[in-house]
Amino acid sequence: MYPESFSYHAPSTLDEALGLLAQHGDDAKLLAGGHSLLPAMKLRLSTPAHLVDLKGLRGQLQYIRDEGDTIAVGALSTHHQIHTSELLGSRAPLLAETAGHIGDMQVRNVGTLGGSLAHADPAGDFPAAILAAEADLVLQGAGGQRTVAATDFFQGFFETAAEPGEILIEVRVPVQKGGSSYQKFYHPASGYAICGVAAVIEGTNGTVSRCRVGVTGVSDAGYRATAVERALEGQTFSAELAASAAEQAAAGVDPLEDPFASADYRSHLARVHTRRALTAAWERN
Amino acid sequence: MDKVSVTLTVNGQSYSREVEPRTLLVHLIREGLGLTGTHVGCDTSSCGSCTVIVDGLAVKSCTLLAVQADGSEITTVEGLASNGELHPIQEGFWEMHGLQCGFCTPGFLMASLQLLERNPDPSEEEIRHELEGNYCRCTGYHNIVRAIRYAADKLSAAEAVAGD
Amino acid sequence: MDKGFVGQAVKRKEDPRFLTGTGSYVDDLNLAGQVHAAMVRSPFAHADIRSIDPSKALALPGVVAVIVGQDLVDAGINGLPVGWLLDGLKTPDHPSIAVGRARHVGEIVAAVIAEDRYLAEDAAGLVEVDYGTLPSVADVSDALKPGAPTVHDDAPGNICFEWSIGDKDATDAAFAEAAQTVSLTLRNQRLVANAIEPRASLAQFNAGTEEYTLYTTSQNPHVHRLLLAAFILGIPEHKLRVISPDIGGGFGSKIFNYPEEVIVLHAARKLKRPVKWTAKRSESFLSDSQGRDHATEAELAVDGSGRVTGLRVKTLAAMGAYLTTFAPAVPTYLYGTLMSGQYALPNIYCEVTGVFSHTVPVDAYRGAGRPEATFLVERIMDRMAQTLGEDPAEFRRKNFIGKDQFPYQTPVALSYDSGDYEPALDRALEMVDYRQFRQDQAEARRQGRYLGLGLSSYIEACGLAPSAVVGSLGAQAGQWESSLVRVAPTGIIEVFTGSHSHGQGHETAFAQIVADELGVELDAIEIVHGDTGKVPFGWGTYGSRSAAVGGSAVVTAVRKVRDKAQKIAAHLLEAREEDLEYVSGQFQVKGSPDQAVSFGDIALQAHLAHNYPEDLEPGLEASAFYDPSNFVYPFGTHIAVVEVSPETGATKLLRYVAVDDCGPLINPLIVAGQVHGGIAQGAGQALLEHAVYESDGQFLTGSYLDYAVPRAEHLPSFETDHTFTPSPHNPLGVKGIGEAGTIASSAAVANAVIDALSPFGITHLDMPLSSQRVWRAIRDAQPAAAAD
Repeated sequence: MYPESFSYHAPSTLDEALGLLAQHGDDAKLLAGGHSLLPAMKLRLSTPAHLVDLKGLRGQLQYIRDEGDTIAVGALSTHHQIHTSELLGSRAPLLAETAGHIGDMQVRNVGTLGGSLAHADPAGDFPAAILAAEADLVLQGAGGQRTVAATDFFQGFFETAAEPGEILIEVRVPVQKGGSSYQKFYHPASGYAICGVAAVIEGTNGTVSRCRVGVTGVSDAGYRATAVERALEGQTFSAELAASAAEQAAAGVDPLEDPFASADYRSHLARVHTRRALTAAWERN
Repeated sequence: MDKVSVTLTVNGQSYSREVEPRTLLVHLIREGLGLTGTHVGCDTSSCGSCTVIVDGLAVKSCTLLAVQADGSEITTVEGLASNGELHPIQEGFWEMHGLQCGFCTPGFLMASLQLLERNPDPSEEEIRHELEGNYCRCTGYHNIVRAIRYAADKLSAAEAVAGD
Repeated sequence: MDKGFVGQAVKRKEDPRFLTGTGSYVDDLNLAGQVHAAMVRSPFAHADIRSIDPSKALALPGVVAVIVGQDLVDAGINGLPVGWLLDGLKTPDHPSIAVGRARHVGEIVAAVIAEDRYLAEDAAGLVEVDYGTLPSVADVSDALKPGAPTVHDDAPGNICFEWSIGDKDATDAAFAEAAQTVSLTLRNQRLVANAIEPRASLAQFNAGTEEYTLYTTSQNPHVHRLLLAAFILGIPEHKLRVISPDIGGGFGSKIFNYPEEVIVLHAARKLKRPVKWTAKRSESFLSDSQGRDHATEAELAVDGSGRVTGLRVKTLAAMGAYLTTFAPAVPTYLYGTLMSGQYALPNIYCEVTGVFSHTVPVDAYRGAGRPEATFLVERIMDRMAQTLGEDPAEFRRKNFIGKDQFPYQTPVALSYDSGDYEPALDRALEMVDYRQFRQDQAEARRQGRYLGLGLSSYIEACGLAPSAVVGSLGAQAGQWESSLVRVAPTGIIEVFTGSHSHGQGHETAFAQIVADELGVELDAIEIVHGDTGKVPFGWGTYGSRSAAVGGSAVVTAVRKVRDKAQKIAAHLLEAREEDLEYVSGQFQVKGSPDQAVSFGDIALQAHLAHNYPEDLEPGLEASAFYDPSNFVYPFGTHIAVVEVSPETGATKLLRYVAVDDCGPLINPLIVAGQVHGGIAQGAGQALLEHAVYESDGQFLTGSYLDYAVPRAEHLPSFETDHTFTPSPHNPLGVKGIGEAGTIASSAAVANAVIDALSPFGITHLDMPLSSQRVWRAIRDAQPAAAAD
């Protein structure tokens, strides 16, 4: 409840923020909404010597913009802004739907997309949607920008592809084709995902042309359930097919365990929620 | 560690304080400003007892550094009633026995304020869902749900009168 | 008299301060010059403390002191006492700060005092403790195994006590003759009380008068004072004032003396500065006494007509690493005595072994022993009904103690003085529409949906308690309650009560009682509680005793005041006392209402004593010490309806019907609130809550991220009603209602889930009925079910 001391920095430009990161290296942490970092700092599980507060960058990094084939979402957009965005709701609804499942009302008011993704909690909700939506993540470093595909971004337990000194500034979400759904099994205490499955399905005349499935909460990092996708693509959609494809939801994954959900139960929930997500997404196609 | 200056408007009154950067907003409100109606019930951002309104948003003031809130306008439970008149949400909790020990109550009141602002006519299910960030151990939530419905009805009646 | 206040749903007098943020909880209080304490707690379940080096902590500017266990010993401070003794009870020393050895995760090994709370926390992290870890054991069954690590050398085999109640031979004979028996092995899991206000203590020492003041989160400030002064600090009781202001929920966890209270008192004296400590929630999980934690084997016998004839129970009850204030009473006299439930059950034998293990101490948590007993009785009644193929409601009805059988002496010590169980059952069945439900359930099953209904017909003994009775059972305490009613010259009535409200609404309910007795408005009455400097000695609030015992003390005292007022009125009106009647707040001559004197005028005359009876003392106040002649016996039937997802194992509580009989209701609003909150906690136990330890005593669920407290979404609205069977022995006829909901509901919800799972052949599952546990049971059962 009482964080350790740190030096506080509130840069007003991205360059300034990058400069602070370069200067302090591993001793520095970025503070966006703070709803992942501050809880860890209150328990003294995280003790950065330098905290770089990005609130001065809201003017630059808090936006949801229509860019034709893509919706660009600034990293400092809050879960609430994403959940209630009409633009996302109509053109990339998976992200908007998923945002509504994060934390609680108060957390959604402050927590940010960028903060959540950079934190890469294995039980966070966004990774599933970002993976299924095939979003790209834009990282700004001192030497310039680079874009990382969602599948390359989540690398393990609280680990991402962001290099030290880089700031996640934007998520680029392709305009969604087809229907989508996010199905979540809540941890009864924390509200985090014991398992969360995001699915996008596109198809015509009963045949699935494209399917993307992102899974969170099950493994040490969010992942694409590609075996599920392959089992559906090119096939005629049916409840039975969805069920049999969903059997692959945790294939090849080493599932997490906690007192509430063992590995086999988690895998089972992944299969159930994958089937539900596929079915719901197809209905919305 | 160097202190930072924080200026806040709380319940319409302006305050400036020097705080350590690590000071949580809830500690500034309670100890720095002496507004002890906002409570601390946990250390994991779960229970919502510390909920206040910052620039129009219900937030858990235990999960915001005071310095993050620099320059903002804050409403705490002490600012809900005006001129000795309880806010309809406070009235609802009183009428419907929506509180027992009273410890979680300020957080529920502030969260309810946001809930009703966004959804003036919530169903029981919606109320229960939107309150997932607030714990109460006394009431079983039964009367809290009714208190919020009471406030919703009262506020919409007031709206209807204002619209006439 | 005008329409009375008692029985009316009066809005609470205390609410405006809570609604406007102007309540005063302990952590809201700050004293000039105060410093802050942070505790260094053992990360190990069992470890030698080889050395403690505070130098780095002390070197931090602003750190005032580091206190270790030996400092308390050197100051002549004793360990924490046990307030309830049993034959053969082992009472190992319970130091406030560990000396030489830590016995559970979270035990305090040092305390740091610093100028501010953040700094104290920094310094606590710098105290270097050299631990030598030792083998440890958490589970009660494991702790009894030969060779298990020993918690206390003076409690060999980790046995704290062995206790039994009932007639073993008669019960064995009943089983020998039984037409049918069933058995049940169950775990009543450990819980954490989780009052939303964390515990806090603020101590001040006046060096001039040598008086301490302790503001602390207490349900029973006089008990805190007595034990702290006489047993722990060894100071005269009057030199310690304990103030328990607004308290954010207790549920039992704030009954007990805690080490932190001792530490801040000691530090305040030593430093000559006020010392404050407020628990972080993570500390609450590791230091508030926990609840339940039984491992039980039970058997039930019936005769050929399906009447219950015998119940045999063997329970291992966790005590944790140390005994806290009332720990030994909870799994014995508050548990074994309830084994008869609502049933005419002629033979009962219950054995309980109290077991030490390397875990947080276990003591009373809402219901305290009675939820455990009710869960066992109501689960095994269901199990028997299922085995006999009888309807669970009718099986209960058939075995109820008949309404003409009261007073009813159970084979486990209690004498139920009153009761009428069928109307509550019938009303609950009517409210839930039982027949319709069974049809809906059958239809749903055909669709692959699993609905379940669970009954719990509970009894509790509360209103603790007749002092001589509890004294004979080992209580080192009386259980009467006090009240002082003091009328000011202006007619304002202050009522001082030894009961304590930490959410129960005494300031309103007690005022309703007084207002009716004196025919005055509620505004004229102030209920004062929670300050040993103001209220007479009393035993506090727990065991659903405030209305039945504290309320009876209030009514007794206020009637004394009225009797005296009548004498004064007779003098003023120049009438005989017996010719007066009391109407609407004034005494008047019967038949001549214009010859009257108001209560206010009497109050003034009582203080002026200008025109006053010669043989009467001036002043208008009276006190009463009310000792009940028996427990009170609330009862009722609760019914839960659930739907279980066979796919995920998730349970949704769809409906909850509660019919309670707590006698007349003083304030229906407050009673309903108590029922609702009680149900939520019992439902929480049934479905969600579990304090989980690793086998070595590491605590796995020490935060709200791991320990699931019910949230609004987990619960439905509750449907409540009452039957009314007054207690025959107290002046208000009231019985307790604070714990009833919790006592009834864990069994109702668990029975509903088992009912839903009956198509799978599942006959019992332990709580919490988490989705994983239910899913696994269904998965493991399905092949068998399919094979049928």
